[in-house]
Amino acid sequence: MEITEIEQRIKKIVAEQLGVKEDEIKNESSFVNDLGADSLDTVELVMALEEEFECEIPDEHAEKINTVQEAIDYVSASTSQ
Amino acid sequence: MPNNSNTSFTNRVALITGASRGIGKAIALELGTHGAMVVGTATTQAGAEQIERYLSIAGIRGMGIAMDVTDPAQITSGIKAVQQSLGGIAILVNNAGITRDNLLVRMKEEEWDTIMQTNLKAVYLLSRAVLRDMMKEKNGRIINITSVVGATGNAGQTNYAAAKAGMIGFSKSLAKEIGSRNITVNCIAPGFIDTDMTRALSSEQQQALTQQIPLGRLGTPQDIAAAVAFLASPAADYITGTTLHVNGGLYMG
Repeated sequence: MEITEIEQRIKKIVAEQLGVKEDEIKNESSFVNDLGADSLDTVELVMALEEEFECEIPDEHAEKINTVQEAIDYVSASTSQ
Repeated sequence: MPNNSNTSFTNRVALITGASRGIGKAIALELGTHGAMVVGTATTQAGAEQIERYLSIAGIRGMGIAMDVTDPAQITSGIKAVQQSLGGIAILVNNAGITRDNLLVRMKEEEWDTIMQTNLKAVYLLSRAVLRDMMKEKNGRIINITSVVGATGNAGQTNYAAAKAGMIGFSKSLAKEIGSRNITVNCIAPGFIDTDMTRALSSEQQQALTQQIPLGRLGTPQDIAAAVAFLASPAADYITGTTLHVNGGLYMG
């Protein structure tokens, strides 16, 4: 999967889950600090990523996904395996 | 069969632990009669078959499963089986409970631990296991069957009362945690209900108890089931974090 495709799909999910506009979402955006997510939102976001990319993100990894870029990195690493 | 808008559970999946007899069985039948698909758990395969039998006699769609509610692996596989055959769980009733009464000075660690595992840890494990589906649906009901002794205390039941009071604190905290996802968490605290658990008391004990109950009788499993159906229904949409006492006036919370 192309990185740009992963990026687009992730930004779309983030926009839907957090109720923000897609063009407000930057790669370096932090879900909590920049996009207004609370801790439960971040859990749901990971659930949505798992569903979208049909993968399982273990809790210890999920805790390290705090920004859009970190989500892109995780998904591209796990789907390229 | 009642089917007004306040009691419509059509096609919602309800999981009730400890459903082979007593209060759990009454809850399973009550929710099923109102249209829910019912999954009852029991500790043994024979218990699970008993559940399937009474559901089928009542014409209720559902299943009985054997599950040790203190075993995370069994919970995971049981819930997966339910998801595959009926769908995600919308209503969880944590009903399974046991007693190991003893005076504290004689209480063995095993008696303490067993009660904490079955009556309290199971509530954490099962709630955690169903929450993802409920969060996705932005809808869910968790109803925990606690006990009047969790509020009043009872000599000989330090372990049981601690676990039951623990359920109340757990429910309030979880209600705050996931209220924004339209999931409610409540407790029902039965008083003295006519089941195998209270039949273990002597008739003198039963008489003495009845004298303290303003409504003058022990409760029936049906009394509890009706309260569960209410909290599970849309009529209770705005109720969360509370404990509903169903005890004939024995204790007024």
